[in-house]
Amino acid sequence: MKHTLQQVFHSPRFVFGFSIFAAILLIVLVYPLIVTDHPLAIIGQGTFFEPGIYVSVYDSIGSAPYTLNLDDAAANRIGSKLNEEDRLSIKEWLVAAGISAGEIDTADTQKLLDQWVNNYDPKQNLPGMTNAKRNYFIRLNNSLKGLLETEGASIAVKNPETGALEETGVVKQSDYVNVSQVPNVRVLPLGTDNFGRDVLTELVAATAVSLRIGFIAGITATLIGLTLGLLAGYVGGMVDDVIMFVTNLFTVIPTFVLLILISFSIGQEQRGAFTIAVVIGFTSWVWTARAVRAQVISLRNRDHVNLSKLSGHSLVHIITNDILPYIASYVIMALILQISSGILSEAGLSILGLGPRTTDVPTLGLMMNWAMIYQAQILGKWWAYFPVIVVIALIAFSLNLMNTGLDQVFNPALRD
Amino acid sequence: MKAYRTYFLNKFLWFSITLVCAFILNFTLPRLMPGDPVTNIVSRLAQGMSNTSGIQAIYEQYAELFGTNKPMLEQFFLYVRNVFRGDFGFSFSQYPRTVADVLAASIWWTIGLQFPAIIVGWLIGNTLGALAAYRKGGLDRVLMPVSIFISNLPAFGMAVILMVIFGVTLEWLPTSGGYGFDLIPNFSWNFIGSVIVHYQLPFWSIVLITVGGQAIGMRSMAIYELNADYVKYARFMGIKDRKIVGYVFRNAMLPQITGLALSIGTMVGGALVAEIIFSYPGLGSTILTAVLGGDYPLISATTLIITLMVLSANFLIEMVYGILDPRIKAAQAD
Repeated sequence: MKHTLQQVFHSPRFVFGFSIFAAILLIVLVYPLIVTDHPLAIIGQGTFFEPGIYVSVYDSIGSAPYTLNLDDAAANRIGSKLNEEDRLSIKEWLVAAGISAGEIDTADTQKLLDQWVNNYDPKQNLPGMTNAKRNYFIRLNNSLKGLLETEGASIAVKNPETGALEETGVVKQSDYVNVSQVPNVRVLPLGTDNFGRDVLTELVAATAVSLRIGFIAGITATLIGLTLGLLAGYVGGMVDDVIMFVTNLFTVIPTFVLLILISFSIGQEQRGAFTIAVVIGFTSWVWTARAVRAQVISLRNRDHVNLSKLSGHSLVHIITNDILPYIASYVIMALILQISSGILSEAGLSILGLGPRTTDVPTLGLMMNWAMIYQAQILGKWWAYFPVIVVIALIAFSLNLMNTGLDQVFNPALRD
Repeated sequence: MKAYRTYFLNKFLWFSITLVCAFILNFTLPRLMPGDPVTNIVSRLAQGMSNTSGIQAIYEQYAELFGTNKPMLEQFFLYVRNVFRGDFGFSFSQYPRTVADVLAASIWWTIGLQFPAIIVGWLIGNTLGALAAYRKGGLDRVLMPVSIFISNLPAFGMAVILMVIFGVTLEWLPTSGGYGFDLIPNFSWNFIGSVIVHYQLPFWSIVLITVGGQAIGMRSMAIYELNADYVKYARFMGIKDRKIVGYVFRNAMLPQITGLALSIGTMVGGALVAEIIFSYPGLGSTILTAVLGGDYPLISATTLIITLMVLSANFLIEMVYGILDPRIKAAQAD
C-alpha cells in the first residue's frame, strides 16, 4: 500500500492534478472560516456591481481628512468624468468651428479642454446642428465648468426644525481619507451577481456544494456499478445475462434524457442538492459496471481464486480478499471520473432549469443558470459567469489529470 | 454477405429492443414518482391561480390526457397509440400549438446543427490525434495540453466563451437565435445568409468540444497501435512506412468509431445545453421553455424524440462499423 502511494505520487501528472484539486478543497474549507457571511445574503441593491473595493461615502466624509497636494489630481478627476463620447463630440464641435482636425487630440485632456474653453461659444449655431444637439453642447459646457472649479463641495445637514440646509463642513479637492480609517469598507473581488450577492462568497459555497454533489453522485454510481459488475462477472449465468441486458440498454439510452425526465418528475420543491446528486449517481453507473465485469471475468479463473474456492471461503470473502484488491485501482480511477462528470451533469441540468431548488444552497450550475438568464455574457458582466466556468474547468481538469496519472502508474502499456 | 446480414439483423434487433425499453421508461418514469402526476402538475400550474373552476378544468384536461383514471396497462396502450399517430396532445406552455407542431419546428434546427458539427469535430479530432501520435515533437507538445484543457471545458462554457469573444467583443457574429429576429423564415438569399451567419458560433463551439476529446482518444489509440508487434514485424519485412501508417490508422480508427457510438448520447446532451446558451431554436431551447412552463407533454415528447435520434445515430454508426471492420465478417464466418 505504501509503495503504491509512493509510486502514485511520483507521477508528475497525478501530483499536478492533485495539487490543483487540493488547493480548491483548501480554499473551500478555509474561506468560510474567514468570511462568515451567508453565501446567499443579498447585500447589493441592484444587479452586477463591478469587482472592486467599496468605501462607504458617508463614513469617508465623517473621517478626518488629510491634505495631499498632488499635481495630476485635477487632470485625473476631469479625465474620469469626460468619457470617450463627450471627447468625440467636443472634437466634432471644434472641427465644425473651424479648427483643423490635425490639431485636436482627444486623448490629451488638458489641451482639449483649453481648446474648448477658448473656442466654445453657446450663441454660435453650427450649420446642420439640431436643437437637441445644441442643448447637449450647452449642458456639456456647464458640466465642464463644474469640473474646472477649484472650490470644494459643501456638506450640509437639514435643520430638523426649519428644514433649511445648514452647511457643516467643506470637502476640499485636496482632501483625502485613509481607507484603513474608514470604518466601512467592503472588498468585492468578484463584484455582485444579478441579485446583489457577493459573487466570491457565493462561488466558494457553490464549489463546496458542487463538489459534494460530485462525490455523492460518484460514490452512488461506483457502488451500483461495482455491485452489478461483481455479480455479473463472478456469479455469471442468468444473473450475468440479466445485468448485461440492463447495462447495454442504459449504455445507449442517453443519460441526459433520463436525468431530465426524473428531475422534472421530482418537481422543483423536492429537488435538493442531495436528491440531484443521487439521481445523477443512479443514471451513470453503466461504465463502471461494464469495466468491472470485464475485469472480474478475467480474474475469476485465476489460480488464487480457485484456491480460495477450494479452501471453502465464502463468496463475500473471495470477492473482498481475492478480487477487489485487483480491481481497486480501476474502481478508484472510475470514481474520479464519475465525480467530475457528476459536477458537469449538475451544471447542465441547472442550465435547463432542472437543478436543485434555488432557495437553500448555491451550486456552480445554478450560478451559471442565473448569469445566463440575466444575460451577463451579453452585458459584459464577466465576473458573474467566467469564474464559474474557470472553477468547473479547473475541477474537471485536475480530476482528469489525476486519472491519467493513475492510469500511467497502474497501466504500464500506457507509459510513454 | 450472409455474415453481414446476421450482423445487421442482430444490431437491428438490439436497436428495436432498446427503443421499446426507452419508450417504456419514458412512459413509466414520470409515473413512478410519489403522488399523482396530475395533481403535482396541476398544483405547480395553479400556483397563483384563484379561479377554482379554472383549476378544475386544468385538472380534468390533464387527467384526460394522462388517462390516470384508467388502469396502468390501458394507459400505456393509449400512449402508444397516440405516439404512433404522432399525436402528443397540446403543448401547455404554447397553447394552442400542438406538441407535434412545436417539435416539427425545432427538430430540423437541432439535426442540422448537431449532426454536421459532431461529424466534423470527430474527423478533425481524429486527424489531429493521429498526426500528433505519428509526428510527435512540437505538434504533440502543443496539441495535447490544449486538447486536454478544451475537452475538460463543459460544452456551455465553450459556448459562452466563443460568444463573448466573437459575438460580444469583436461583434463579428450574432449572439443568439437561429436567424435574424426581423426575418420570417422563407427561401430568400437574405434569410439563408442570416441562417448561415447565426449557425457559425453554435457549430464551432460543438466542433471544438468534440475535437478535444477525440484527439486525445485517437492519439493514445494510435500510439498503442504504433507500438504493436505487427508494426515491428511489418518494418522488418521492409514494408514502406506509408503503407504501415495506413494500416495503423485503420486499426486505431475502429475503437474510435465504437467510442463515437457510445458517447453520442453525452455529446447530444452537451450540445443541447450549448443550443440554449445561443437561444438556438432547436430542441434544447424547446426543453428549456417546456421546463420553465411546466409543460409536461412537451418534455415527454422531446425526450422521446431525442432518445430516438440518439438511438438511430447509434444504429447508423454500428452499421458503418460493421462495413469497416473485417473481423466481423471473419467472426461470423466461423
